[in-house]
Amino acid sequence: MASRRKVISRETGIEEKEYRWGFVIPIEEETVPKGLNEEIVRLISQKKGEPGWMTEWRLRAYRYWRSLGYVEPKWAKIYHPPIDYQDIIYYAAPPKESDRPKSLEEIDPELRRAFDKLGIPLEEQKRLAGVAVDAVLDSASVATTFQKKLEDLGIIFCPISEAIQKYPELVRRYLGSVVPYTDNFFAALNSAVFSDGTFVYVPPGVRCPMDLMTYFRINQAEVGQFERTLIVADRGSYVSYLEGCTAPIRKRHQLHAAVVELIALEDAEIKYSTLQNWYPGDREGRGGIYNFVTKRGICLGRNSKISWTQVETGSAITWKYPSVILKGDNSVGEFYSVALVNHRQQADTGTKMVHIGKHTRSTIIAKGISAGYGQNTYRGLVKIMPSADYARNFTRCDSLLIGNRCGAHTTPYLEVRNPTARIEHEATTSKISEEQLFYLISRGIREEDAQYMIVNGFCRGVFQELPFEFAMEVSQLLRVSLEGTVG
Amino acid sequence: MTQDVILEIRGLRAGVGDVEILKGIDLTIRLGETHAIMGPNGSGKSTLVNVLAGKPEYEAWAGQVTYKGRDLLQMPPDERAREGLFLAFQYPVELPGVRIREFLRAALDSIREHHGLDKLSVREFNRLLQEKAKEMGIDQDFLRRNVNEGFSGGEKKRHEIFQLLLLDPTLALLDETDSGLDVDALKIVADGINRFRGPQKAILLVTHYQRILNYVAPDYVHILIDGRIVASGGKELALEVEAKGYEWLRQTVGG
Repeated sequence: MASRRKVISRETGIEEKEYRWGFVIPIEEETVPKGLNEEIVRLISQKKGEPGWMTEWRLRAYRYWRSLGYVEPKWAKIYHPPIDYQDIIYYAAPPKESDRPKSLEEIDPELRRAFDKLGIPLEEQKRLAGVAVDAVLDSASVATTFQKKLEDLGIIFCPISEAIQKYPELVRRYLGSVVPYTDNFFAALNSAVFSDGTFVYVPPGVRCPMDLMTYFRINQAEVGQFERTLIVADRGSYVSYLEGCTAPIRKRHQLHAAVVELIALEDAEIKYSTLQNWYPGDREGRGGIYNFVTKRGICLGRNSKISWTQVETGSAITWKYPSVILKGDNSVGEFYSVALVNHRQQADTGTKMVHIGKHTRSTIIAKGISAGYGQNTYRGLVKIMPSADYARNFTRCDSLLIGNRCGAHTTPYLEVRNPTARIEHEATTSKISEEQLFYLISRGIREEDAQYMIVNGFCRGVFQELPFEFAMEVSQLLRVSLEGTVG
Repeated sequence: MTQDVILEIRGLRAGVGDVEILKGIDLTIRLGETHAIMGPNGSGKSTLVNVLAGKPEYEAWAGQVTYKGRDLLQMPPDERAREGLFLAFQYPVELPGVRIREFLRAALDSIREHHGLDKLSVREFNRLLQEKAKEMGIDQDFLRRNVNEGFSGGEKKRHEIFQLLLLDPTLALLDETDSGLDVDALKIVADGINRFRGPQKAILLVTHYQRILNYVAPDYVHILIDGRIVASGGKELALEVEAKGYEWLRQTVGG
């Protein structure tokens, strides 16, 4: 066979093999003792200097979580050894909150270099010049760019810990309004211990002029990351938000349990794009992130729209169902997803579209790619409530298999309680055929490139929904994730 | 004139699985020549071009194939392509979501890189694409489609010859490129093939019918029956076969 093509990093000039984001940032971090109890919850809240209402809310969430007796939801098609929740560090952050750099110039050079290496420069004039970035390392936000420019438009884009201090009325009103802490095991855990994340508020009638991005980085060993994102788009506003994530290579599994809540008021639109690239573990399934995430948006006002686009290539296990509650009449929900599993990765992902308002419409396009021993499940619920006259849903769900040791599973749930609803569901499962590969190879294209082109073509309907900033990144990521799947 | 020999096949036996299909083929092709191989269904015509192109399930069991002085059977199929071997498929496969432009760009880049040439700029590539598209009567909308997806039979064949002109190989293997075409489509495809012909090019054209040879005049015609070349000659041989049928040759050979 032809020699394997080398992928050389644009940033470092080093050959990229396997997971190239796997380095550790050499920075001093302060951690709290391992384990979880009321004291730890209070300590986290105290470290953040939070007001009493926030501490109380966390404690209620903690007590609810304890009442569940360490029993996670069991309905997903995922398998992992029991997680010892007392063996996790729930808080780690670079020095103290009060030492947090006041301006971008004060950022630790080591940190700056590390984020540069990740392709996320923390300087406003660099490559991502058109994107405002909030960088979160383990439990704390370390830098936020373009804040001033956004402020001038009345847009709030800041770490959620800062928002709790500065905009308590907004946070109190919306935090937990879409995902209450009683929603599920991981949402309860997150509500008790979340340490940072991003808060966005776009005022009425404002179209956010740049993409907003949060880059999540797990750095410390034995740390769990529990971030919380809250995005509120007021009447007639628009915002596009991007989320990226990576973690170092560690032998042990690490837990990531985030909660994301989106609120779109009348005529508002939120476009939320994720590039999930947590460390997936090694070929034998050692290490990797357990990505147990609750993401949900509500189209609260008439004519509002929420669109989720996700590309999931990382994590040992992904358990994630970005959903939309279509409450306002004429509101629109969209879910575009590519989930790729290779080696021993498992993904159980999909969406929920809950139609409450009249003439609400939802679209679901899910593409699952399975390679190696990977197991990929699409799980989606389309629920039409009695009030949702003339609701419409279109679902398309395609699975692509590479090799014959992987698995693809599709589990759609339909609950229709209104006779005027119109629902369409299409599903396909296919393998990359030898014929297709040979066609490309016979034109001089190398086998790996040929396979990549076929997979890329398979994902086209989703990739075209991605913002420009992510498109290049995704191509590269897909290529690396597929490495080693050519026999 | 051995330096003109582009392809030399000696005693080639090949098959799929346990079934032997080619039972000893000898054939020499020189630059500038067009060879037609005719034969009834199941005679091994497609097997021959697929073995030469390196399609995985087709295995060479014995014999030698020398291409540009190198052992062709030892070369991986993508390298054969980069070295100027091109197969126009009988049944081109659909590639959902893969854009024609992106596909051709990747193919051309990898061929040029192999020959130590710089990649074409977007502008140069577009110009080349337009030029070749025009030659094949292909319009802009067509170039925005996905490779072979939803193409009619005629469009698929036309697209194969379009690729031939764009990638500009040395040796073209044409696998029943004429089948399923009406007269108008056949003319366009034949025009494309003729445009490709030249002193530094060679063609091995496989066909069931004589019809395409009215448009693409071969230098040599070989009749393949049951895995063996039973007769070779000039264009007149094709006409004779058309008049008398393959049965006539089968009997002549005294099978």
